Amino acid sequence: MTSPLIRIEGLYQLFGKNPQTHMHLVKAGKTKDEILAETGHTLGLKDINLEIQQGEIFVIMGLSGSGKSTLIRHFNRLIDPTEGRVIVEDEDIMELDAKSLRNFRQKKMSMVFQRFGLLPHYTVQENVAFGLRAQGVGKEEREKKAKQWLEDVGLAGYENQYPAQLSGGQQQRVGLARALCTDAEILLMDEAFSALDPLIRSEMQDQLMALQDRLHKTIVFITHDLDEALRIGDRIAILRDGELVQVGQPADILLHPADDYVEKFVRDVNRARALTVETVMKPPTHRIDAKTINDALAHMRSAKSGYAFYVNDEGYQGFVSEENLAKVAKEKGKEPLCEDYYEDSFVISPETPLEEVIPQTLDHDHPLPVVNEAGELTGELSRDDLVQVLTHTPTSDAAGNDDASEDEGTAKGTSKEPPAA
Amino acid sequence: MSWLTEFPQLSRRDLLTLRQTLDEGYRSFSRSYGEAIENFFDPLLAFLVWFENLLVEAPWWVVIAAILGITHYAARSIKLTVGVGISLFLVGFFGMWEDTMSTLSIITVCTLISIALGIPMGILMARSHRAQSIITPVLDIMQTMPAFVYLIPVVMLLGIGKIPGLIAVIIYAIPPVIRLTNLGIRLVDKEVLEAADAYGVTPMQRLFNVQLPLAMPNIMAGINQTIMMALAMVVIASMIGVSGLGQPVLRSITNQYFTLGILNGAAIVVLAIIFDRVSQSYAKRSQRYMRSGS
Repeated sequence: MTSPLIRIEGLYQLFGKNPQTHMHLVKAGKTKDEILAETGHTLGLKDINLEIQQGEIFVIMGLSGSGKSTLIRHFNRLIDPTEGRVIVEDEDIMELDAKSLRNFRQKKMSMVFQRFGLLPHYTVQENVAFGLRAQGVGKEEREKKAKQWLEDVGLAGYENQYPAQLSGGQQQRVGLARALCTDAEILLMDEAFSALDPLIRSEMQDQLMALQDRLHKTIVFITHDLDEALRIGDRIAILRDGELVQVGQPADILLHPADDYVEKFVRDVNRARALTVETVMKPPTHRIDAKTINDALAHMRSAKSGYAFYVNDEGYQGFVSEENLAKVAKEKGKEPLCEDYYEDSFVISPETPLEEVIPQTLDHDHPLPVVNEAGELTGELSRDDLVQVLTHTPTSDAAGNDDASEDEGTAKGTSKEPPAA
Repeated sequence: MSWLTEFPQLSRRDLLTLRQTLDEGYRSFSRSYGEAIENFFDPLLAFLVWFENLLVEAPWWVVIAAILGITHYAARSIKLTVGVGISLFLVGFFGMWEDTMSTLSIITVCTLISIALGIPMGILMARSHRAQSIITPVLDIMQTMPAFVYLIPVVMLLGIGKIPGLIAVIIYAIPPVIRLTNLGIRLVDKEVLEAADAYGVTPMQRLFNVQLPLAMPNIMAGINQTIMMALAMVVIASMIGVSGLGQPVLRSITNQYFTLGILNGAAIVVLAIIFDRVSQSYAKRSQRYMRSGS
């Protein structure tokens, strides 16, 4: 595993006049309310530890007042923590002086804001070029790059408009273009889409994902909307009253909420839409690589399954049933399995949302084979598995799920490809 | 127990001594430093005189053309330009051209100095709560203290003439531009500032590219107020020898010249309206980006 791009270690934020003098209360484990009552200080963040890998979309989600916007402002030190370290590429940014901090903000991180934060007296193009201007880049190059990025976010032709002349969605595109224009590796997005209406929001999400496919930025995304978090996040951290409650992949959070709080959050999520096939499929137990029909029959009989997925060196080949193979076994038992004996079956891909495979899965008595792009059989999805996931099985029932017994670290690797380093 | 029935106050003699001591102190201060201070203001006086002569001695149509040019550049409104032209012509037609030009020159200089001093002060106030808590009561005093009262020390120090008049006008007129610069900067959208910081601007870039432009509507309102207050001060300033429209007004009061008073008063109003409309429409035009829709 490569070392994380951003590391947050033991971060505390206590708001008030003399935060340092009251830190011992926080360390002693007093609650937010107790500290407020005793000292008049507000506990913003408590012992935050995070590791964010290069190239991933890391979503921090929580309700208002959970400290998520405060947390993201520590990444580029718009707020200084009371205690703790923020390490980006092995550099502790708490130790930067004013000048190197400016340099860091100019080159390494850029930010998108909930209410856009555009400069109303600058044109759209000047806004996009703002970061470059702060860096002291020449006018010609600034304009060229700004124009390019405006095109990329679909705002070509709006260069000389002022922000007030644009709609909310367009303004946030300008905000996004401004963030991308500095070529910063890390993108901080503070409730970037929360102020937009739902249709525009999902459009922007699509656009962000499309851009991310191309650019492979490291994105820290703040939201209060779980659907949004599940949709775009590679990993999600859930924040409550300034404390991290759970960090994990979307499927982990949905299927194994860490506590009642998270559970309440995920209850209303449309699981069929949020989960993909690979998160609920089982390892393919009924696979055979037998050379001949007789071999195959022998396998199936010993497994008492009545069916099997036939796999050879070239990957998944087809679905065979004991019943039909038995009919031909007398005459052709020595012959190799080939297309003639495969039955009609449905093949599903691991990235498909459950929603799209519900009808096929329910139509078939046997589990459906899950085959990835390379043609390999990666799992199987049965009616029972599907129904169990969609009907809110109790989360304490760990036995029902393969991943549940494993710890969080390994679960990451199994359910989804780790982000490219 | 006399303090129960009578207000405990300084004895008449103590009070007299106090007054005499302070007066004497200030008098000796002005005797020893008055000249140095006067010399300090000499370049300003020279500029004031030069500017006044420029306006008075230039052919009237050149001055009107110049003012109309500025009006048109600032407001881009034919209606306003024509209105300004007609009113200026009428002012001259009724024999008040020279006085109007004197007033115009002193108001212009006062406004420029007020802006030059006031905006930096406002910026300072916006940046530091301590500066704000010190400057605010001073501004309160400047705005509420009767103008005649602070004329006394100024006149004692510098005698009568243009410079003391100028100082009196500035003391009276500068508070709005300071206050509104401070307010304007403090009201700048926090998220916009955060955005600027997040992109690593220097404090100077932050001030000149973000804070001041966004505070401009308020600063312009402050400048407008400052001009209006300077005009209102013209009559009082004429008591200490500032030439201009205030002089005939003062004469009308003492001699009960009704028409002369009305005419000169009207000329001051005309100047006020010109300054107000031109600066307002300039402000509006320069902030047109704030409005949505093209």
